[in-house]
Amino acid sequence: MTLADVLMVIILVGLVLYVVLGGADFGAPVWQVLAGRGPHAEEIREHAHEAMAPVWEANHVWLIFVITVMWTAFPVALGSIASTLCVPLFLAGVGIIARGAAYALRAGTTSSAQVKAIDMVSGISSVLTPFALGAALGGIASGRVPVGNARGDLMTSWLNPTSITIGVIAVISCAYLAAVFLAADAVRRDEPALAAEFRRRALIAGAVAGLVAAAGLVVLRSDARGLFDELVGGDGLVGLIVSALAGIVTVIALLRGRSELARYGSAVAVAGVVGGWALAQAPVILPGLTVDQAAAPHDTLVATLVAIIAGAAILFPSLGLLFRLVLGGRLGDGADEPAAPGAWQLLEASAAGLRGRAAVACAVVGFGFLTVADAGWAHVIGVVALLSAICLGFLAAVPALLPE
Amino acid sequence: MLLATALGPVHQEYLLQARQMQALSFAVHIPLVCFGIAFPAMVLFAEWLHHRTGDPVYRTLARRWTRVMVALFAVGVITGTVLSFEMGLLWPNFTATFGSVFGLGFAIEGFSFFLEAIFIGIYVYGWERLSPRAHMLSGIPIVIAGVTGSFMVIAVNGWMNHPTGFTLRNGEVTNVHPVDALFGNPYFWHELVHMYLAGYMVTGFLVAAAYAVGKLRGRWGRYERTALVIPLTIAAFVSPVQVLVGDWAGREVANNQPTKLAALEGLPHTMRGAPVHILGVYTDDQVKYGIEIPKLLSLLATHDPNGRVQGLDTVPRQDLPPINVVRFAFQTMVGIGTLLALLGLVVIVERVRRRRLPDSRWFYAAVALAGPAATVALLAGWTTTEVGRQPWVVYHVMRTSEAVTAADGIPIGYGALALIYLVVACGVVWILRRLARAPMEPVG
Ligand code: HDD
Ligand code: HEM
Ligand code: HEM
Repeated sequence: MTLADVLMVIILVGLVLYVVLGGADFGAPVWQVLAGRGPHAEEIREHAHEAMAPVWEANHVWLIFVITVMWTAFPVALGSIASTLCVPLFLAGVGIIARGAAYALRAGTTSSAQVKAIDMVSGISSVLTPFALGAALGGIASGRVPVGNARGDLMTSWLNPTSITIGVIAVISCAYLAAVFLAADAVRRDEPALAAEFRRRALIAGAVAGLVAAAGLVVLRSDARGLFDELVGGDGLVGLIVSALAGIVTVIALLRGRSELARYGSAVAVAGVVGGWALAQAPVILPGLTVDQAAAPHDTLVATLVAIIAGAAILFPSLGLLFRLVLGGRLGDGADEPAAPGAWQLLEASAAGLRGRAAVACAVVGFGFLTVADAGWAHVIGVVALLSAICLGFLAAVPALLPE
Repeated sequence: MLLATALGPVHQEYLLQARQMQALSFAVHIPLVCFGIAFPAMVLFAEWLHHRTGDPVYRTLARRWTRVMVALFAVGVITGTVLSFEMGLLWPNFTATFGSVFGLGFAIEGFSFFLEAIFIGIYVYGWERLSPRAHMLSGIPIVIAGVTGSFMVIAVNGWMNHPTGFTLRNGEVTNVHPVDALFGNPYFWHELVHMYLAGYMVTGFLVAAAYAVGKLRGRWGRYERTALVIPLTIAAFVSPVQVLVGDWAGREVANNQPTKLAALEGLPHTMRGAPVHILGVYTDDQVKYGIEIPKLLSLLATHDPNGRVQGLDTVPRQDLPPINVVRFAFQTMVGIGTLLALLGLVVIVERVRRRRLPDSRWFYAAVALAGPAATVALLAGWTTTEVGRQPWVVYHVMRTSEAVTAADGIPIGYGALALIYLVVACGVVWILRRLARAPMEPVG
């Protein structure tokens, strides 16, 4: 495995996480829109919103992660893909705007008619974005994206049998993932009735997804024969088998009411499909362009890898914290202790007048070093002094101004 | 030498529309981002005051501001996502050719966005579930992520203005050192500091403006006064400093991008003792109808009233940015910046002399205007930087016309995005008004 392969695997892991986490987010509005009327429907809509709201932003950053690592590590591939597939990617972006805006606006709704209208917007996005992204992947998978600046056909690259199939599968899978996740969340919140409802929905959506996927293989066979052969006969088969097994585990888990197991089962099923596709296509990214050929220079790959590892070391504990909090518990002991960190106490103790004079001194020093002096090191001192002047001045001024 | 771009030469009929689409996307994103930079610190300060004093008004303030922060953050996220799409959609050749050089910055930035999104989630949904101390602590990563988030983008922008960290051999980009390119670049520090302070000015003045308008209409309780004082005091201290930092930025431009400096002033010929013209337009190789201040440009740029400043005639005409756009943007920023600094000084002087804010209606009217004005200065500043760099996207290496996509349909995308952003803007106005009108939680 070369360094480029490692980065490609990281990108694929990011893609799986986006498909699973972002997919569950995009699928949720499907159930909001289909909920119907009445207090019971309201409950379903609220649950679908509340379970996702704290985590949706973090879930969507995975897409940003995939794009940025891709353009750093495989710039030519990203440029070719984005230019030829600009239409579906733009549409996906529109869907993301709609979904995010709906989250922002839902906080201000008062009547249930407003909530419904906003859920409708989310519903549109939950069809648009998964379909567009699925169709784009279909274009890549079926070899319709040549290397070059918009060298491929802007329309048939994503409106073709393979793309449409994958797009439809994506939409249904998102609804399925959402139902599985929402069922598990309902269990966590001790709402067995809701959990059962979402499990039922998950089973239906899962069955539909399975059928469409099977039909999709037939389409693939006629439209993208090379990929099909690799998927069912070559390396990709492993992925499909893993995916199918995980799918079965998920169904059994759902039937037995083990929602948490179903959550992981469905995630593995998705990972299996993405992995299978990657293995079937490897080592080629785009026609005539292999992973190694597309890779950025060595220094860039090393730096990117180091950055990702360092970032992951911070990221995963934080993500864990967020999910722990959202999935139920409290953090810390909740005691209402006076929360004044030491440095602040020190500042409080010193008189406001002293702070004011220190601020003036810092401002003078800052002016001297930043504005009058010319050397680089002097500018560093100048900037630090001026920033200190701002902080000290603010702390000196604000207590007297705050109303009693 | 000609650059051998990764995806080959392009011809794009709608380059101008592509640029405008990019500018529109930035113009929407950047003011929102200011709230990501500065608002968390203000919210945390209010929460901290609550812990210190036990006074419920600060808690009410922090909780209500949190809701605004969340709504604006969501819009910041989607507009930022649009920008990262556009790097590929509009400028695939730029990304394909130089992604390996500058992309690292965005990859690191991705983690900072993660942290921001995660801790905003924890902070918002943790009000009831965390101990007060843990809750305060969970706000600190948001403040830090606000800094690192802008740090990386600006490192990339600094690199575009002053490209380093690679070699061009026969037009091919080789010998790539991304870490050098992003962090070994001396040119971005002034941008970072200037932008960071701008974030505090925009957020501070805009939040204060909302309550100043309320005051003019007679809403002036204890809550409103508190909510005006905190952001206004911060902005008041930042504004004068911003003038000094802007002057520093000007000197960096003079050293590294003399053509941009010449465009800022509209200086036709290289000369000693170059003047500054206030207002006026640049036509026929000179500034007409402006007020001339002799030798000021030389003094500011070189610290010597008779210093030599490079003129516009040193580069071929087709390599010049649109002079009047750059000049006008620059003058707008500097004019507003100077007025805001004066407003800040008024606040500080009144505080020192009378230990309170001025009472006059004029003062509050000025604060109400200061918010939008700071936003205009912010956009004008970015216009100065970005349009001033034209026709280059990577200064003296890659032209914007080489970076653009070859795909059709840019005007359609541009129109669609403008329409969508119009709708989003209406939505943002709606939600902010909603949140402002929401009943106060029972104090006590
Ligand atoms: C509230 C916003 C604001 C205010 C009041 C000012 N600026 Fe500014 N300015 C910006 C916001 C800004 C910015 C954040 O929009 C820019 C764009 C790129 C950058 O680094 O900061 C900028 C860029 C920028 C540049 C170009 C830097 C480059 O191309 O690298 C110069 C020379 C100045 N500014 C100078 C000034 C001066 C002399 C000011 C004072 C009177 C001033 N600015 C006030
Ligand atoms: C980190 C990166 C960047 C930052 C912070 C940045 C910032 C900005 C801003 C603020 C504007 C002007 C907005 C306005 O007019 O109100 C702008 C305009 C523009 N930017 Fe950048 N930019 C960045 C990267 C890029 C990239 C990658 C490209 C293209 C390859 C680009 C090309 C342009 C163009 C063409 C314009 C429009 C200029 C015009 O209208 O003449 N920028 N940018
Ligand atoms: C002046 C230039 C820019 C600054 C200072 C800046 C800074 C920030 C900050 C602080 C955020 C956090 C979100 C918030 O608080 O609202 C943010 C969001 C974002 N920005 Fe920008 N940005 C700039 C330009 C860009 C550019 C050029 C891109 C893409 C190429 C970009 C992509 C993003 C993305 C994807 C997000 C959303 C992150 C998330 O999901 O949390 N930004 N930006």
